[in-house]
Amino acid sequence: MATTPLDLDQRSRREPENQRLVGARLLSTKNIAAYIFLLALTVYFLTPLYWLAISATKNNTDLFSSFGLWFAHFNLWQNLYETFTYGNGEYVRWIINTALYAVVGGFLSMLISVMAGYALAKYNFPGRSLVFTLVLGAVLVPPTTLALPTYLLMSKVHLTNTYWAVLLPALLSPVGVYLARVYATAAAPDDILDAARVDGAGEFRIFWQVALPLLRPGLITIFLFQFVAIWNNFFLPLVVLSDPTLFPINLGLATWNFDPASHELLFNLIVTGSLISVLPLIVMFLVLQRYWRAGLAFGSVTG
Amino acid sequence: MRNLNMRRLNWHTLKRQLVPFAFLAPFLLIFAAFFFAPFVYALIQSFYKEERSGLGFGPPTIVWAGLQNYSAALHDPQFWDGIKRVILFGVVQIPIMMIVALALALLMDSAVIRLKRFFRLAVFIPYAVPAVVATIMWGFFYSPDASPIVAVFTAFHLPPPNFLGKDVLWSIANISTWEFTGYNMIIFFSALQAIPQEIYESGRLDGLSELGIALRLKLPLITPSLVLGVLFSLIGTLQLFNEPLILQRLSSYISSTYTPNIFAYNIAFVETNYYYGGAIAVILGVVTFAFSYGFLRLTRRQSGV
Repeated sequence: MATTPLDLDQRSRREPENQRLVGARLLSTKNIAAYIFLLALTVYFLTPLYWLAISATKNNTDLFSSFGLWFAHFNLWQNLYETFTYGNGEYVRWIINTALYAVVGGFLSMLISVMAGYALAKYNFPGRSLVFTLVLGAVLVPPTTLALPTYLLMSKVHLTNTYWAVLLPALLSPVGVYLARVYATAAAPDDILDAARVDGAGEFRIFWQVALPLLRPGLITIFLFQFVAIWNNFFLPLVVLSDPTLFPINLGLATWNFDPASHELLFNLIVTGSLISVLPLIVMFLVLQRYWRAGLAFGSVTG
Repeated sequence: MRNLNMRRLNWHTLKRQLVPFAFLAPFLLIFAAFFFAPFVYALIQSFYKEERSGLGFGPPTIVWAGLQNYSAALHDPQFWDGIKRVILFGVVQIPIMMIVALALALLMDSAVIRLKRFFRLAVFIPYAVPAVVATIMWGFFYSPDASPIVAVFTAFHLPPPNFLGKDVLWSIANISTWEFTGYNMIIFFSALQAIPQEIYESGRLDGLSELGIALRLKLPLITPSLVLGVLFSLIGTLQLFNEPLILQRLSSYISSTYTPNIFAYNIAFVETNYYYGGAIAVILGVVTFAFSYGFLRLTRRQSGV
């Protein structure tokens, strides 16, 4: 256990000092090549999103007849109105569903994962390495593989076409358990837990009142990962849901996109709806950047 | 009295021994219900098939099929075409994405670049975009009547590229690259940030250039992250589904057997043959697991993952 993901920021805080040292060589020829490379890639990565923002202001005709990367007739308000009211306001319903799946699923999944990770990190018990092997094995089996089998099982027990069909499978997060184990090993030292034991606290009280507060940054990271995974999930809802009132945004947008009878009319709604659906995620990314890096640092950690 | 104490002690140790299982119980329950059970159920289903009486009238009966579904899949050239297609996709797309992500991470970590925060965010932001939305957006860039790229080509009187023709696989590869380069870059960057600075000082004293330090010192130290990045990309590629499915409306070259997952989906939900679909899902799960496990074993010595 060389470093923990949680103390990464300490090094980045040293960066500015470092930059000043090399300030003199900032504009050599080699650097210009590097900046051109970076700028080209920035254009590549941001252009589709720029296009999405511009296109959400266009009506169906302008989407196809005007140049994609600049404004035409400004139709944003009309687009928003149509997106939110089309089909008895089904889009609003999809937003509420998505928020429900992602917030409730993400939160419960975080709790379940951190309890399991804590047990794996802090207790010695028979079967511990077996459980950990199961967790690692499950990390290697992506949810997409499970979508079809999950559907088969759920239709057997009549769970398809319910909120549970999307919510329950979303509680499983092997990566979350893995991360929780890493964090619990690093951030909840045995001496603190033992001190609480000496004071007479029960094991569950120690978990809630001593360990969980220590693990808070890790908890946010685990929540974030699962939240985004659920928000982005498409295959599972596609196979287990057929009632549009239960759809998450992704599936709703895809059905607007597939519908061959009406797609001609819906392009402006698809584009506007897409823009609205990515805004919460982009805001979360910007606000919680630190936690993203903490989560993605697991490659540098040997647990 | 002594006896009573012993019994209390035993009860106490038993309770203590059960504590970790109490913490694990919810996870194990969910794991059993939504990982283990579906897989086992699909496995069982895959040994059955639906049979209709001679003329196809009357209710179908479910009969034991043994390995028929498996042999049908393994003898279906379209299934193999799908497997070959995703492997070809991975062989080309993963190295390109990894090299770009690695170059970006090394630049972000080097001391000579300004505006790092901005560049880092710009590259990472696409990861926040769901695959469905990413594919819808790129679909507009690919379709001849809406594409700004085609508009630029036309403006310069050049023949516009055909993104949705027989080479549509590479248009899909572009969407994957757009989505996941930033994700991998952050994995590599975080690993680089965890390396203590002192190691570089010794490199500088030995007269290594910045590039030399990057290639000779940094690269070997972040091998575990590289292995992990390639592994997750490999898994994702074998499972390719969302992007080709959404793009299907725009390109007639994306068939109902284009990738193994699309094949399984169509068998199960368009032809409503759950038994055959279950068999394909099982094969795909096993192949994916074997690939990732094999890759981990292969690289284990170098990576220490």
